[in-house]
Parts: sequence; C-alpha cells; structure tokens
Amino acid sequence: MKRLMMAVLSVAVLWTTARTWAADEPLTDVQQIVDKANVVAYYQGDDGKALVEMKITDKDGQVRERRFVILRKDQADGGDQKYFVYFQRPADVRRMTYMVHKHAAIDKDDDRWLYLPSLDLIKRIAAGDKRTSFVGSHFLYEDVSGRSLAEDTHELVETTEQHYVVKNTPKKPDTVEFGYFTVVIDRKTFVPMKMEFYDKNDTLYRVIESKKVEKIQDFYTVTESVVRDLKSGGKTEMRFTDVQYNLGLDDSLFSERYLRRPPREAMR
Amino acid sequence: MRGAAWAWMAAIVLLGAPAAAAQDAAGDGAAVEEQSLWEDLFGPTDWALHGFYEVRAGYRTRKDPYQKDMSLMETRLQVDIDGYTDWADLKFKGDVYGDLVDEQGHFDLREANIFFRPGDAIDVKIGRQILTWGTGDLIFINDLFPKDWQAFFIGRDTEYLKAPSDAAKISVFSDAVNVDFVYTPQFDSDRHVTGERLSYWDANVQRLAGQDRIVHTDKPDRWFRDDEFAVRMYKNVDNVELAVYGYWGYWKSPAGQSASGAALFPDLNVYGASVRGTIGEGIGNVEVGYYDSDDDPGGDDGRIDNSQLRFLVGYTQEMAKDFTAGVQYYIEHMMDYSAYRASLMGGRARDQNRHVVTLRLTQLMMNQNLRLSLFTYYSPSDEDAYMRPNLHYKATDNLALELGANVFFGDEPHTFFAQFQNDTNIYAAVRYTF
Repeated sequence: MKRLMMAVLSVAVLWTTARTWAADEPLTDVQQIVDKANVVAYYQGDDGKALVEMKITDKDGQVRERRFVILRKDQADGGDQKYFVYFQRPADVRRMTYMVHKHAAIDKDDDRWLYLPSLDLIKRIAAGDKRTSFVGSHFLYEDVSGRSLAEDTHELVETTEQHYVVKNTPKKPDTVEFGYFTVVIDRKTFVPMKMEFYDKNDTLYRVIESKKVEKIQDFYTVTESVVRDLKSGGKTEMRFTDVQYNLGLDDSLFSERYLRRPPREAMR
Repeated sequence: MRGAAWAWMAAIVLLGAPAAAAQDAAGDGAAVEEQSLWEDLFGPTDWALHGFYEVRAGYRTRKDPYQKDMSLMETRLQVDIDGYTDWADLKFKGDVYGDLVDEQGHFDLREANIFFRPGDAIDVKIGRQILTWGTGDLIFINDLFPKDWQAFFIGRDTEYLKAPSDAAKISVFSDAVNVDFVYTPQFDSDRHVTGERLSYWDANVQRLAGQDRIVHTDKPDRWFRDDEFAVRMYKNVDNVELAVYGYWGYWKSPAGQSASGAALFPDLNVYGASVRGTIGEGIGNVEVGYYDSDDDPGGDDGRIDNSQLRFLVGYTQEMAKDFTAGVQYYIEHMMDYSAYRASLMGGRARDQNRHVVTLRLTQLMMNQNLRLSLFTYYSPSDEDAYMRPNLHYKATDNLALELGANVFFGDEPHTFFAQFQNDTNIYAAVRYTF
C-alpha cells in the first residue's frame, strides 16, 4: 500500500515537474509565438469593453486629448471582429460613433461606418490605408485593430529569460512605410511589451511600449501604452480603464440601429 | 445647482412653459416640487451640458444690387443638453444668434426630443429632431426631410443644411427587415431661397431678383391634415446596404405658383430605392426615386412642376494616405416633357434632363487637424457650377478656425446654380466648443 502511494506520488510529482518544466521550455515555433501574442493583444475573451483615453503630444509640445468607449466582439480568435467606438472627447466629436467590421482575410477590406449626430448622417468610410493615424494620434489604425499576421514573415531572433524577440518583415514592402519591425513578447503572458519600427534605411524611428499590464478577469491586458515618433518627437499615451471581458455582447449591437443610438453600455 | 438649472431649462421645453411661470412666481419651493415631479416622470437623471460659441462672417465677392455686401455676420451660442434616465434619453439643442445682416436676434430650436426603447425591437423618438437617410453626398433623392438651403449657400456650418423636423420616428427591427416610420403632423418645408438673403432667378420677371421681390408662399400648414409620412425599409446583406423608401407629402421647396403669384408646395409622393456597398477599394452607391407630382398628374399644368425620375450613382475611394475622392453622377428626368412644353407660359424652357456631376476632394494634414476640402457640383446640361472650397483647422481640442467660399458660375442666369452667381461669397469662422 505504502509502495503504491509512493509510486502514485512520484508519478504525480514527475508529471507536475514535467509540466512546469515544459511551460518554462521556450517555444521555438515562431508562428505559434506570434499567433499567441496576436490573440493576447487583440482577441482576449469573446468580447470586451474599455474606456480609452489618449494624450497626444505633438512635436511642439501641444497636447490634445481623446476619450472614447470601445466595444469589441470576436467572431473567432485570430479571425473577424466587430468594433464599436463611441467618442466622448473632444467636445466637437462627442457622440460620434464609429463602427468597424474587421475582416482578417488579407484580401478583404474592413467595413467602416461613421455616424455624425448633428446631421443624423451615417457615412460609409472607404477602406483606407491602414497605416493612417487613428483619430489624429500617433497610433495607426493598424496598431489599434491589429495588423494581419499574414502580411509579414516572422523570424524568432532572440529568446531571453523573459522574452521572445520576433522580427517581422513585410511581404509587400512597397505598401508600408517601414522596412521591418521587431516585437518583444513576454514569455509567460505573451503580451507584446515593445514594438520597434525601422525604416527602409534600418534606422529606428517609431517605438510602441506597454507601460502597464494588468490581469483582468484572468486576461493579461495592456492598460497603459505609449507610442513615440522618434523623427518628429511627438508621442501618444493611451490608457485603458473600466476594462471588462465576456460581457455577452450581442452581434446585433454592431448594426445601424446602435450606430445611430449606441447601447447604454457604450455610452457610459 | 448649475445642473439643476439646466434640468429646469430642459423641463421647460419638454413639459411646457406654463410650469415655468409658476416656478418664477413661487421661487425655490416650487422648484423642489417640480424637481420631484421630474423624478416621478423620468426617475434619476444624468445631465450633460455642451455646446459652442461661434463668430462667423462672410462677404459677397460680386456686387449684388438686391443684397447687402455682407453675406454673413453673426455670433452664435449653441447649447446642447443631454439627459439620461433609466428609460429614456432626453435631448435639447438650441441656438441663440445675433445677425447683423438682418439686424435681428434669433432663437433656432434644433432639437427637443425624447428617445426610448419600449421593446427589444422598437426605437421611438418624438419631438423636434434632425432626420437623414439615403446614400447621396449633398444630393438628396429619398431624404425628404427639410433642408436649409439658405444656410448652406451663405456659408454656415454644414450641420445647418439639415433643418429640424417636428416628428415622431418609430423604428422596428427584425432579422427579415428593419423599418423606419416618420410621421410629421404639420408639413415642414425646406428653408428655401426667398430673396431675403440670397438673390435668385425670378421667372415671373425673367431676371435676377432679391430683396426687391421676396418670395411669398402659400404653405400647407394645418395640423394632422397637411402632414407628411415617410417610410424606409432596409436590410444589410453581407454589408451591402439595401433600402426602399416611400414618402407622401409635399414638394419641400416651392414647385408651383398660384394664380395670385404665391409660391406653392404642391402634393408630392416619392417612391425609391438605394444600394450601398464596397466596390473594389471604395464605396459605391446607387439611388433612384420617382417623384410623383400628384397635383399635376399629366404634367400639363404649367403652374406646377412635372413628375420626375431622379437617379444617382456614386463612388468614393481613398486615393492616398489621408486623401479621399468621391464622384457622383445625378440626373433629374422630367416625365411629361411635351406636356410641359405645351403648357409653358412664356420664359425659358428647362431641359428634359438635368445632369449633375459632383466631385469631393478631402485632404487631411497636420495630424488630421487641418482639413482641406473642395466639393463641386457641375451641370453639363445647364452649363453651371457650384464650388465649396473649405479649410478647417483645429488649433486646439476646443478651438477651430474655418475659411471657405461658395462660388457659383454659369452663363445663363436662369439655370439652377447660375441664378445664385451674385450670391458668391467668402466666409471665415472661429468656433469654441465646450
């Protein structure tokens, strides 16, 4: 009996140790790493909500602010998503709503709508260059909604005690302003901690850093980040508060009805 | 205290002015009482107060014998109050402005309405409201809600192109189709060109006219009899937006003349449809509407506008980073042209088809704080044009500067845009938003 106990115990210990050991064993498949990081960065939970505040500082030190509520619902991890953005500040864009049906397929453009309350007008926005500023900040549309992994080739260039460093090179270099970018990914949480963009002359010109990561409802969440434009000297700080996941948002929220009159969840 | 004061202001609008008089007489005690009446009706309410203060000035670039040289000179305060209760959203938005062109003070109540969701699939909005639907860009076929062409042409903010409706809008949603019903109990016409601020082609005297010949109208205005009814059924199929429309009411701007010379708003019914979706890298839209001029079914009444078929096709695409171009082709086709020609009582005949091409160019610069835009209407059949260049700069989050112009061209003064050539103006504005 005692022998059996010992056997069971040692198997259990071994198994646990093996598991722990396996978890510490760094991944070597770069696709697996970027897939995980992509889900952590953009697809936490089935849906989510956050109050987002941006502080945009231009090269002359002038500060502008943005505040909006963002709702998101995933169709599938790494797949299509629906976004709803309700602006609160500045006052001239207050109550404007912006809706995106994001398509993960590389050859399918996102569908975007903008509602202007003073005209009661729904404008459909032509799919644009995704590397255009998002709401006038130093964050680009693509930083906020996620760059399709299929756009780049990925190379694991370094594995440290805490991080993976992945180099991403665009498959179609003429469609983007950068030459390549590197992402430092936390080995434990898979949160991208730092992104560094190099221009076509291999000069670093743009850095996005995660300044604060919090565990919210078991999901690691970047609640403070900053993007710096090293060429102009401008930066945008972004802060997420009131973050909630798995609210059970219905698909019908992402429709014309709620674009014209957002759900209370979005307005508060 | 300030919140309570604003709550009170909105209460005046929504519950009626008599209560206000009582409050004034009785002082604070009554205010407490009224506050609880408010609570009984709406429950706890969160208020938000916003608005802007604006100075806007404009000048005619051509001498107009019938108008002042100054086309715009106004200071405006817009107050925008939102109230959120457990079951309803309340909205009040009003403009107070002093106008040096007509030397008067004005109050323009833009919105005063209540919105609620009585069921999972029903939205209701009742009161004064801005209403828009359809797919055109500054061309309206199935959107028969009132427009303020005067504000548009003299260079007020584009927001003012939409004039408010006093209406009830009921929206019903289902998987099969969504339906909007809008009932306007008393006809809301456009704020059309009257000669007071803008000169126009007066067909009666066959020349340009302005303050010397102010348009007098005979407008249908009986409550619940001279009413308007508009409906839209729409559905989104894989992000292709399909809609059909119906309207039963009146021509929104004068489209006829009585024997005594008053401008009329004859009966009009409109039936139409639209499609909007992604085409290639841009957005394409098609819209059509049949304008049934119900008081002139055969088209042989020379005093009333003919029935028309209106058609629009448009395409918008981002051409480069932060640079967008949009084109539209639009046609108005008169249905009973030979009857119209036969009934014409002198003056120049219109063409059977009026063709218009529009081009919108928008460039964003300086972190999207500077917007340069140019909207052009050009009619190859009338050989006239209307250009709207505009520069909008956000100096700070609260302060915006604007510079623009309304430029009208044309050889024949009786055509649609050419008639306004003496109204060509440049304008500038400073707006502080809070």
